[in-house]
Amino acid sequence: MTPDDLLHPRPEGLYCPPGDFYIDPVRPVARALITHGHADHARSGHGAVMATRRTLDIMALRYGAGFADATQQGSRAPVDVNGVSVSFHAAGHVLGSAQIRVEWKGLSVVAAGDYKRGADPASEPFEPVRGDVFITEATFGLPVFRHPDPMQEMARLLKSLHLFPERAHMVGVYALGKAQRVIRLIRAAGYTDTLYIHGALKTLCDYYQAEGVALGPLEPATDAGGDKARFAGRIVLAPPSAFAAKWAQRFPEPLIAFASGWMQVRVRARQRGVELPLVISDHCDWPELTRTIEELDPQEVWVTHGREEALVRWCALNRRRARPLHLVGYEDEAVE
Amino acid sequence: MRRFAELLERLAFTPQRLGKLRLLRDYFAAVPDPDRGVALAALTGDLDIRGAKPAMLRALVAERVDEELFALSYDYVGDLAETIVLIWEPQGALADPGLSATVGRLNAAGRTGAPAVVRDLLDALDTPQRYALLKLATGGLRVGVSARLAKQALADFGGVEVTGIEELWHGLAPPYTELFAWLEGRAEKPVQAALAPFRPVMLATPLDEAELAALDPAAFAAEWKWDGIRVQATGEGGERRLYSRTGDDISGAFPDVLAQLDFDGTLDGELLVRGADGGTAAFGDLQQRLNRKTVGKALMGRHPAFVRAYDLLQAGAKDLRPLPFAERRARLEEFLTGLDPERFDLSPLLAFDDWDALAKLRAEPPHPVIEGLMLKRLDSAYVPGRPKGPWFKWKRDPFLIDAVLMYAQRGHGKRSSFYSDYTFGVWTEDETLVPVGKAYFGFTDEELKRIDRFVRDNTVERFGPVRSVRAEPAFGLVLEVAFEGLNRSGRHKSGVAMRFPRVHRLRWDKPPAEADRLLTLQAMLPPE
Ligand SMILES: [Zn+2]
Repeated sequence: MTPDDLLHPRPEGLYCPPGDFYIDPVRPVARALITHGHADHARSGHGAVMATRRTLDIMALRYGAGFADATQQGSRAPVDVNGVSVSFHAAGHVLGSAQIRVEWKGLSVVAAGDYKRGADPASEPFEPVRGDVFITEATFGLPVFRHPDPMQEMARLLKSLHLFPERAHMVGVYALGKAQRVIRLIRAAGYTDTLYIHGALKTLCDYYQAEGVALGPLEPATDAGGDKARFAGRIVLAPPSAFAAKWAQRFPEPLIAFASGWMQVRVRARQRGVELPLVISDHCDWPELTRTIEELDPQEVWVTHGREEALVRWCALNRRRARPLHLVGYEDEAVE
Repeated sequence: MRRFAELLERLAFTPQRLGKLRLLRDYFAAVPDPDRGVALAALTGDLDIRGAKPAMLRALVAERVDEELFALSYDYVGDLAETIVLIWEPQGALADPGLSATVGRLNAAGRTGAPAVVRDLLDALDTPQRYALLKLATGGLRVGVSARLAKQALADFGGVEVTGIEELWHGLAPPYTELFAWLEGRAEKPVQAALAPFRPVMLATPLDEAELAALDPAAFAAEWKWDGIRVQATGEGGERRLYSRTGDDISGAFPDVLAQLDFDGTLDGELLVRGADGGTAAFGDLQQRLNRKTVGKALMGRHPAFVRAYDLLQAGAKDLRPLPFAERRARLEEFLTGLDPERFDLSPLLAFDDWDALAKLRAEPPHPVIEGLMLKRLDSAYVPGRPKGPWFKWKRDPFLIDAVLMYAQRGHGKRSSFYSDYTFGVWTEDETLVPVGKAYFGFTDEELKRIDRFVRDNTVERFGPVRSVRAEPAFGLVLEVAFEGLNRSGRHKSGVAMRFPRVHRLRWDKPPAEADRLLTLQAMLPPE
């Protein structure tokens, strides 16, 4: 028996034949195990869904309470699914995010989903879990990606606020995870004023607060009835797509910032028309990816969504068995 | 060096001039000598630094990084220096060695020592500083800051006129400690001691035609305004310099002019090039000679440069600037008789009795390289800066055409949520539109909002930040576009390139079918 008998890619996603379930399927399936709530991993329309409580909550907020026929909470304690032992372990990516470990007949695979190792008060910390095979993401799987200390990025944001007090500082963040993490970082940097948020961020910010992640005073960034000056020198958070929309025209001399690991690469930042690129990521950078592989020391590494080639090459250089796992349907851009 | 790295980072992503000025001012205020002066020199292009060739950097990174991993990374990042900066893994504790010390180390390293110094520095610096290091070492910061802008920021920082800085600049050297001391009010203004210094230029204000009636024609001299670049040619004690109007030394690009600059004195004039017939060639030809550090013989032969002089600021030891224009002019005419007329000729004065006569001259200039008139009070002293009253420029009316909006692009920075950059076209003979230019100013905020709405409501296709909009004979938006001149262009499909195009008026009323045709533009081209 080989690990492929336990998990292998199919067009729908990563499939487990003995357990008859998929992990993060991109098409509707009868039984899905979901690592986390980002839309490309957690889709609607499955029969039965198993995920952490928080991921189930987030899916319900996104898709409505009846997003699946049946739901079941996954946990650290293994649960039997058709004879396969399944456990969920924090991935440190966003609130509720988990790695999924499956074990069958003495063979184990850990599908990490999206994960990161850096500290994040808006997410449960990554738990190292061993398995014969470790499936790692490779969103930032190139040695050029080394995320700086996020507090350093915050210092740049606050300094800009001080230097350009007449401009609304618009920070591009995705609704799940990045928004709340950036807010926590802003608070950690000592900024206590009200933060203004785009309507698309409200539901999840409320949820995080309800789950005990304190975000401080937030207010909707709604039209001030022509009183643009209200937002001068203020921080406004919004999904980046909103900056191109008419919505953004209500702010005084907007200064566009964008919090993303992609901001490390200049041409990316320029394409976005960003004035203040903030390198803040919810994914592992290269040192975290390679350190994790060394720490977990699996028999074999499977690399998925992202720059598989480079990480597989690194494994070869370090005499580790590795191969790319060609899964389709995960957008490394949109969710970061 | 960290502060400098941060500054470069911010400047590179800040499009607005005012934003850049503020960042620079903040930097000068926060960073002590000598680092701020070294940074200033790096920005103005006055920093003498031992360069690092791409081959050397590649060799350094090859010692550290697997070739295949590097290739994958380079492929992704797209820029060699940036890839090296990002992929380089520092060794041991990070440090901030200071900008001045870093430049000193680079310069002290001999040819053979340079790779080791660069390697050690890369090992000790964080990412932004590594970036700054390689920008310094490979030359060209490319952060959109001209020497002029840097000097303006200095002037803002010290609360002085920028001309005061331009005047001193040529006699100063990095790290400019005495300059900063003066700007901070801790010392007297430095004394200009260099030979052949730059003398800050006097600029004209645009003429408001309504005010013309109140001016006495007999009090003014008039001359053509030539479409070249303003220069100052100065010689002193064997030192010869050609300065731009902001005091940048451009001598290196014009050895043909410099060879004949064998006088002690300072001329103010227009730099132009001659065409094949020996006459004044179009700006497009002059452009071939601009923005170069050196120039080849062939190019010099093809486009020989000369100065058309219109003022004399210094003759020998005598400063003529306090004298009235009329007197300077008389001395200028005499001064020029001793110079090679191929390289230095005289800008002729125009005879006119009243403003109507002058207006007629302006409407029918005798040469295509004339872009209008200059009016100078006969009694005006030469005063640096742009005083209002003594000198006026009366430009020819701009060219106007009606063009059709074809593409709109989202702006940058504060205009990110507006479609504010417009590509417009005119009709070809087969009744299709061909783009002839781009404009991104000339309209009010209200008009911008209205065009933005039009673009969003009439998008045909999207390509990233660009949208193509409906542009049909019976439906579309006609822009009246103003521009200063037209050049031939092999790079544009239309074969023409506009100078200084801007939106003059929005013609919501006009059907696109009535917009101008390419033939009209072709007729405006200067003779070949
Ligand atoms: Zn994710």
